[in-house]
Amino acid sequence: MPGHDSAREIYRQALPVIGVSLIAGLFAGTVLGSETMRANIAEVPGLLLLLPAFLATRGGVYGSLGARLSTGLHQGIIEPRFRLDRRLTNAIVASFLNGMTVSVFIAVVTYLTLVLFGDGGSLFQLVGVMVVAGLLSAVLMITVLIVVIFVGYRRGLDPDNVIGPVVTTLGDVFGVFFLLVGVAAVRAVS
Amino acid sequence: MTDPSPTAIDEWSIRRIVRTMIPLLAALSVLQLVSGTVLETYEEVLLRYPALLVLVPVQIGTAGNLASITCSRLTTQLYLGTYEFSPSNPALRANAVAVFGLAATVFGAVGVAAWAIGVALGGSLALGLVLLISLVSGMLLAVLVVVASVVAVEVSYRVGLNPDDTTIPVVTNLCDIAGVLILFAVVSVVL
Repeated sequence: MPGHDSAREIYRQALPVIGVSLIAGLFAGTVLGSETMRANIAEVPGLLLLLPAFLATRGGVYGSLGARLSTGLHQGIIEPRFRLDRRLTNAIVASFLNGMTVSVFIAVVTYLTLVLFGDGGSLFQLVGVMVVAGLLSAVLMITVLIVVIFVGYRRGLDPDNVIGPVVTTLGDVFGVFFLLVGVAAVRAVS
Repeated sequence: MTDPSPTAIDEWSIRRIVRTMIPLLAALSVLQLVSGTVLETYEEVLLRYPALLVLVPVQIGTAGNLASITCSRLTTQLYLGTYEFSPSNPALRANAVAVFGLAATVFGAVGVAAWAIGVALGGSLALGLVLLISLVSGMLLAVLVVVASVVAVEVSYRVGLNPDDTTIPVVTNLCDIAGVLILFAVVSVVL
């Protein structure tokens, strides 16, 4: 029964996902230290400053979406089917709005910090990078989360045990990559 | 008990989710920006011991994973009615035991991996030392995860916010910030 799992069961379900997440984290760290990334960091003032906040935000936004869907499934008020249900669409739209709003907010605060410390930086560039990176990660995270939660749940896996590591893994690996895409997109426009 | 459906629908309204989360996420983002600058002050120690440089993000990420699992499980249990704010509650106990078991396993593995990568990058810290730092700071983080998750669920519930919206952002951000502080506290005692 959900909610009555033993510690052993939680451990058994969560350990493999945390293990994969760990390896992905080491990989993301290596990408971050790579020469391409270091060159981009040097080119866009403020990119390194906003990176931890950007990564943490997506963990918060999509982790919460996952927790909410998992609660809904266990309560029986949403169905593990790919069908447009009002609760499901509400939760998705809300998480999208949260993710985009906070991404733009982070860009603005980062810009203000740069202005305050006299490092220069462009508001257009920072907001542009965050909108592109925020949008791409929203699409990816929402899609993968729903598939993992629904398919996992139907196969007897408790989504509560795997959502966090899935969100962290995708966020770490693709978050850094999408920032690079954002930098490239803004450069193409300006 | 009244009919649960009106409140259940309300819990899933876009306006309610956004209104709960935006101020919280905005405040936490500013905290993250501040903690990023704190990390920069430790730059010298990190560059001297590459094993520690590897430990920082992985340890924080793992603590975040454990926090997400705990929070997600507790909020589900709260809505199912199997949760009770008491040390003798079996669901709460199973969560806590699982977190400590996962932490001991994963932070042990993290210690060995960080040591190996550190050696490859030209570091000189002994395996026993890196393992000790990883396990001690990791287990302290696990205690923080369990305590903070329970408190966050309890507080959210009492002030009328949906714990699904609030607990994961709050506890994972807390782990990000506390993770760095705990790691450097343990390092300064051990080294």
